[in-house]
Amino acid sequence: MTPREDELDDRREPVTNCDRRGFLRVLGAAGAGLALTPAAMAQAEAEGDPYGVLVDTTMCMGCQTCTKVCAEGHGLPAPEEVCRSDTTTTQLSVVDSYTFPEERVEMGGVFVKRQCMHCLQPACASACLTKALLKTDEGPVVWRGSKCMGCRYCMLSCPFGMPKFEYDSPNPRIQKCDMCADRLAEGQPPRCVENCPAGALTFGRRSELIEEAHRRIAEAPDDYYHHIYGEREAGGTSWLYLAKVPFEELGFPKEVETESYPAMTKEFLYGVPVVLTLVPPLLLGISKAVASERPEGGAAR
Amino acid sequence: MTTIEQNLPGQAAPEAISERQRLLRFLRAELKPRGPLLTPFNVISGLVILATAVILGFRFAYGLGAVSNLTQEQPWGLWKGFNVITGVAFAGGAYVMVFLVHVLRLQRYRPIVRVTILNGLLAYVFYAGALVLDLGRPWNVINPVIGNDFGLSSVLFLVAWHFMLYMIAAAVEFSPAVAEWLGMKRLRRILSAMTLGAVILGISLSMLHQSGLGALYLMAKPKIQPLWYSEFVPIQFLVSSVFAGLSMVILEGTISRRVFRARASAAYHFSQERILVGLSRICAGSMFVYMFLQTVVFVHGRDWRYMGGGWGAWFLLENLGFVAVPCALYVLAWRRRNTRLARIASVMALFGIVLNRLNVSVVAFMPHAAVRYVPSWMEVVVTLGVISAQIWVFRWVVNRMPVLDAEPAWKRERKEEPTAAERPADRLLVKEN
Ligand code: SF4
Ligand code: SF4
Repeated sequence: MTPREDELDDRREPVTNCDRRGFLRVLGAAGAGLALTPAAMAQAEAEGDPYGVLVDTTMCMGCQTCTKVCAEGHGLPAPEEVCRSDTTTTQLSVVDSYTFPEERVEMGGVFVKRQCMHCLQPACASACLTKALLKTDEGPVVWRGSKCMGCRYCMLSCPFGMPKFEYDSPNPRIQKCDMCADRLAEGQPPRCVENCPAGALTFGRRSELIEEAHRRIAEAPDDYYHHIYGEREAGGTSWLYLAKVPFEELGFPKEVETESYPAMTKEFLYGVPVVLTLVPPLLLGISKAVASERPEGGAAR
Repeated sequence: MTTIEQNLPGQAAPEAISERQRLLRFLRAELKPRGPLLTPFNVISGLVILATAVILGFRFAYGLGAVSNLTQEQPWGLWKGFNVITGVAFAGGAYVMVFLVHVLRLQRYRPIVRVTILNGLLAYVFYAGALVLDLGRPWNVINPVIGNDFGLSSVLFLVAWHFMLYMIAAAVEFSPAVAEWLGMKRLRRILSAMTLGAVILGISLSMLHQSGLGALYLMAKPKIQPLWYSEFVPIQFLVSSVFAGLSMVILEGTISRRVFRARASAAYHFSQERILVGLSRICAGSMFVYMFLQTVVFVHGRDWRYMGGGWGAWFLLENLGFVAVPCALYVLAWRRRNTRLARIASVMALFGIVLNRLNVSVVAFMPHAAVRYVPSWMEVVVTLGVISAQIWVFRWVVNRMPVLDAEPAWKRERKEEPTAAERPADRLLVKEN
């Protein structure tokens, strides 16, 4: 798929699903007696459980297949066969490499595939003033060119620095991994997952992936650092990581909070209607009070 | 157009000429430049504006990367950090001043309220307008307005809307001056009646978007050097916009007083000292509140951990050198009724604001980035070009509309030709610049 900007349209907007959830909530509130069938409950839950990918870095052998199929599938130039630590406008998925002493890591090397984390509560999407970036119910965070005005506030906000901007184009796009949303819509896993020869990538519902990750840690406690990166980072992400060494040593930003990023602006945004309803009457009151004190100095003569 | 009054300044009003024609003729005469054209200031700023136009041509033809040094890690550079974030803080004087004059009805400040509103309005039009230059896909700028999806959870959405609404409010606040200039008495009465409403709306919006500019950086928590980040950034931005704006009023008044000497009313000249002393007092007060806030945030965030090394020194320079010192100077200026001290303090305080806003948005942003962002010369030229254009428009308006003289234009005897008194005005501006 080539997400040539304006083609990614509103079709992914989760309007119907939102409505359904809202409807369920209303139902729930309407009467405790109205019990939902277990099937309906399960479905409602699945909707809150997006797709994700588990990246097991202990299995990755750094073959760069994922980078290649990603570029192909997105109509981007074929990438050079080198490890890079950051994505670019033409390489939405990269494989980074780290060397360690043999006694810490077998073979001494760790490869880390990097791409947009598809956060559950994405900073980028909440920053976007036109909802050009949107978290779909299935999991992918997608960009829609017909909405984006290129303000780059998403880039400023994303804690992982994933959105990349085509500075050298008069018609620039925001580029980042879209988790192959076109394929997901057809019930197929992302290209990278499908083509990984080492089986380092696992596609599934996020809750299942977390279970799977816990299982792997429990089965081979010596092979893993006991943490699933992405379970709580940035409020939880759709992409999850397992590794043998602490994640800071693999270039994962250690300043990233466990709190969701949009939550940081909540208080401010809640304050807005409060200020707009309280301040004007207050000012009017002051003005009137002063006017009655000093009638000769009217504001608008 | 039917409300145009008969007695346009200096016109004999022969019956044959219709109202519309008369207005057109008046406008044509007003559009002509006043004073000598080839002054050093005009030449230099004209060249800068010309260069800006060329650079912007490149920018729209080849993309932002062709003219700016912005990186993937530093998506917002000088244009946003200086023009928008700093410029809007400087424009904060307008909302503080209308609060003093129209809400608290302090007559003392009335002579400068119009010029302050004009300054604020132009700052928003030009500096916030510069935001559009920075947009990668400016043809979609209308999306958040027409509702091609409202990003209601976005601070930027809020700031953008408040900018727009505030520009309208400020335009209404200033509109009586335009009506006076055109000699439209009835229109002026209608517009004046709307002033208080516009003022109240404008103050509320200003409080929100001044703090909103700080709130823009809330999600950039992992990216900003901790000394410049806290969840109180919005409040710090709001409080500092008070003294930023008023310091600008003091500085602008100092320049205008000389450059537009002939335009200013007697009241304006007469009340200068009282005004400056009063403003110094408010500045000192708000700076004191600001420093208190900074201290609370510093202690609360246990920020002394970061004070070693260059960042600590830089932080101290900003907060002691350009907040505490000008605050003390303002106190002295107020106690001794010393306008010179007030002027020195205002320049220092403004410099402190530039430091603070640029530190948050550029200098202390992504301090560990592989490639540090340094603005390109073209970004600097465009920034200067925007400022020059604003000064040109400001001068044009002040030289024609009753801005510094609050007296309605039709009460004064006015000649068709630019008065001799107006010419030295331009010549003086040259000296200033
Ligand atoms: S990693 Fe960044 S770009 Fe990707 S969803 Fe999260 S906030 Fe958005
Ligand atoms: S650059 Fe585009 S996608 Fe990013 S926040 Fe701005 S409008 Fe949204």
